[in-house]
Amino acid sequence: MREFGYQRAHDVPGALAVLGADPEARALGGGTNLVDLMKAGVERPALLVDLRDLPLDRIEATDDGGLRIGATVSNSDLAAHPEVRRRYPALTQAVLAGASGQLRNMATVGGNLLQRTRCGYFTDLSKPCNKRTPGSGCPAVEGEHRNHAILGASAHCVAVHPSDMGVALAAFDAVVSYETADGPGEVPLAEFYLPVGDTPHQETALPPGALITAVTLPPAPVAALSRYRKVRERASYAFAIGSAAAALDVRDGVVHDVRLAFGAVASRPWRAREAERVLIGGPASAEAFGTAADAELAAAQALPDNGYKVTLMRNLVVALLTELAEEAGR
Amino acid sequence: MTTTTTGSSALTGAVGTAHTRVEGLAKVTGAARYAGEIPFAELAHGWLVLSTVARGRIRSVAADPVLAMPGVLTVLHHGNAPRVEGDYMGPLGPPDPVLQLFQHDRVPYVGWPVALVVAETSEQAREAAEALTVEYDTEPHDVAFSAGRSGMHTPEGSAAGKGDLAAALAASAVVVEAEYTTPEEHHSPMEPHGATAHWDGGRLEVIDSNQGSRFVADELAKLFSLDADAVRVRSEHIGGAFGSKGTRVHAVGAAMAATVLHRPVRVVMTRRQMFTLTGYRSPTAQRVRLGADPDGRLRVLDHQADCQTSTVYEFMERSADFGRPLYDADAHHTVNRVVPLDVPTPTYMRAPGEAPGSFALESALDELAEKCGVDPIALRVRNEPVVGPLSGLPFSSRNLVACYEEGARRFGWADRDPRPGIRRDGRWLLGTGMAAATFPMLSAPSTAVVTAEADGTFTVRIAASDVGTGARTALTQVAADALEVSPERIRMRIADSSFGPAILAGGSMGTRSWAWAIITAAGELRERLALGGAVPPEGITVRSDTSAAVGALAQTQKERYTFGSQFAEVAVDVSTGEVRVRRMLGIFAAGRIVNPLTARSQFIGGMTWGLSMALHEEATRDQASGGHVGADLAGYHFAANADVPHIEADWVDDPDPDDPVGIKGIGEIGIVGAAAAIANAVWHATGARQRHLPIRPDRVLRAAGGAPGA
Repeated sequence: MREFGYQRAHDVPGALAVLGADPEARALGGGTNLVDLMKAGVERPALLVDLRDLPLDRIEATDDGGLRIGATVSNSDLAAHPEVRRRYPALTQAVLAGASGQLRNMATVGGNLLQRTRCGYFTDLSKPCNKRTPGSGCPAVEGEHRNHAILGASAHCVAVHPSDMGVALAAFDAVVSYETADGPGEVPLAEFYLPVGDTPHQETALPPGALITAVTLPPAPVAALSRYRKVRERASYAFAIGSAAAALDVRDGVVHDVRLAFGAVASRPWRAREAERVLIGGPASAEAFGTAADAELAAAQALPDNGYKVTLMRNLVVALLTELAEEAGR
Repeated sequence: MTTTTTGSSALTGAVGTAHTRVEGLAKVTGAARYAGEIPFAELAHGWLVLSTVARGRIRSVAADPVLAMPGVLTVLHHGNAPRVEGDYMGPLGPPDPVLQLFQHDRVPYVGWPVALVVAETSEQAREAAEALTVEYDTEPHDVAFSAGRSGMHTPEGSAAGKGDLAAALAASAVVVEAEYTTPEEHHSPMEPHGATAHWDGGRLEVIDSNQGSRFVADELAKLFSLDADAVRVRSEHIGGAFGSKGTRVHAVGAAMAATVLHRPVRVVMTRRQMFTLTGYRSPTAQRVRLGADPDGRLRVLDHQADCQTSTVYEFMERSADFGRPLYDADAHHTVNRVVPLDVPTPTYMRAPGEAPGSFALESALDELAEKCGVDPIALRVRNEPVVGPLSGLPFSSRNLVACYEEGARRFGWADRDPRPGIRRDGRWLLGTGMAAATFPMLSAPSTAVVTAEADGTFTVRIAASDVGTGARTALTQVAADALEVSPERIRMRIADSSFGPAILAGGSMGTRSWAWAIITAAGELRERLALGGAVPPEGITVRSDTSAAVGALAQTQKERYTFGSQFAEVAVDVSTGEVRVRRMLGIFAAGRIVNPLTARSQFIGGMTWGLSMALHEEATRDQASGGHVGADLAGYHFAANADVPHIEADWVDDPDPDDPVGIKGIGEIGIVGAAAAIANAVWHATGARQRHLPIRPDRVLRAAGGAPGA
């Protein structure tokens, strides 16, 4: 194995200084993805800067009634937090749908957002990959792509983002806060992941050298009745082939508010805004749910072997929203 | 040598009672050492470098820059490797040419070993191996397997049959014709393949993880042109094998490097390397035609099974063999075909042939039951043969109907409504299915050495292997009964090639064959002890060799098989394509069960693998590169704990008074039929047939209608 340096940062300015001084340094959260990629040779950092000691491991209520989640909060702690469970149940469900108990104990919120795709070409150095080696090509388009993207992809990359947590965060309008040497900044999760285009290796809108410090959830009363459903090829320990987070507020049979986001269909957690637009003000019926899903999925561009995801996502939307509507009626 | 039967076993009765593993404490405390973790002074570490192209020639190996890296001792490749002999007949036929490491520049598939980098530490070896630049002149490759594709041929001895197909088809009131496929599947035992080799005096000593220490020793001796006695292989503990741990290139590489460097060398494979270097189960494409009378009595059984092999060695997945002992039909034809492609050589994998073959034929039987309106169990009972359908020979024992009856009773089959798609539990459609299982009972010559020690204990030495099944414990029980002492007085020494020839752990014949040798030696030893007199300090030792007895049994021509019935209940969400198995039951007729505790584990393990085969396992090959995509345990899915529900395994009596051992094998049969039972249950739940494994969500969605695509 290639030798690398290891440092433990104790505060954010210290971490930024070390990361800024060495372009080959990488921030280490729980290491549940980065270390795997180092073993595969996909990541070859010269220096790891361990963030586990940073004072970013708290979940706090914000003044406006939202939640501010520190970047190094573990996935397990996030899922178990009473306010998350009460106010954003789909977020708890999404986190618990991912990985295993051991991995969730290690994995951090910031790291979860920055995890890389599990595309089998990306993780295999013997094969081309535009995300890993820009310009080398995307063999998935004509090769193995059964679990690849149907929305927002390009001919240069059809990989999907693997996060479950991010899908729920996208549904609830999360905002990512970061710190740079030049000061703090923030970016809505909806703009956090860059369009694929012809630059699939450029994944996020974080400025160079920036460190995620927190993810803030604005207040969202609709989220109190929310659900996450993940479909995968085995019952646990697998990434989604399609997932959805949904929240629904029905009043007198009419959709007053709705949130909908998809996982495992795009290079980012996919907020289904078109479906939401179609639903709001309309009836809370299975037919309306299907029409809304169709509106969102009209933009889908399936490859020869992943067209089933269009059906899957439509069915998921109808099933989830129907369940929520029934629950709201009880 | 005397011929001893098992008549004495009742006295102590260790056989047939549950015993925890004799090495269990050592394993759970970590005291048990595996091949890759036994300490050696002066140990060097080898790392294999594998080809990244699917076909061509090695143009150059840039060894010099790598030799300058820290700790690197040597880079072995086709330009400098010592001679390895390949022109010999091994225990299972001629050797797979991959064992002749680094003898030429040809590359026949992605993952072919092209170099071994040896360094002071494993980390240095790996870093150097990954830095080694190998250039190739590539040639077009072909890795596209499909039914009946060009190059598919029928080797001699791979077809069997009787009767006029066309006439029997014409006379059939009901015909089922369907095609089934199973994907490339991998063993991936928990313990990776690893070996440490060193020279001790004039002898090559190898600690290796394998299924047969004597087999590997003999093969290494032939490869390196050594006397048989000049190689000793030990394999004390093995973390799973399943057919993948014969002689493999890691052991050859370790022996080669130890010879070149004059110091101990260890080579351990990575999980990814195991996907190309340790064999796999070929994908299969099978066509089954069944013709029957309206009541389901078979007139036609026609099973054609295609598989792939490499261009360097022919290994066949003999899927069509499965039906030969199972059902009779007027026209009964089975043929296995194979095509060589630019892929690694497949090999034996748990129930080779029977596992994929049972999926196709037992699924087709279910389709026939549906068409005839006959209960699937009744259909099978109706087609039970009295003698071997093709051979006309009697069965040594055949208690399959009892497996059906006991299984049906315990599973609650009698209450089953045969109509598909009508049971619902929330979003889940529910269904049940069953299938038959069979696997040949084989015996192979083995030798054992049993010593009566002066302190009243006994030492048994046999080159058996405990690949994790509990063989060491079972043989201890067998020896205890044969010697009429308690198991505590038996010292069981296994997995050392110096103990003499013995069959490897494979083909479900290990325990039977080894027990035979132990019983034989123990019987003669008891006769010696019965003569009276004190046991001298060096003990009294008897050696057995069952070659003649095994040969004599083979003269008594019979159909010798184990049998079983598999039952499964599944839940299917047709809106998402998810399939979850809710419960499985397997009932087996497999001779005398030596250790109910470990036997149950082995059956359940096989059934769990069958569940995995039905729903999860599939290695995907990238046509452009010719290599795998996702060749690791994140990409290659098998059942996780959450996928494995309530699984029960049990057995019925299966006595064979004429058999000198009475023990059959149970290593394979647990997986046979399990995938078909699940697929049949999926049909019962949804009304849609799933003829292609694994039964993935996308396939269920497409069957349910609406989902496009291939």
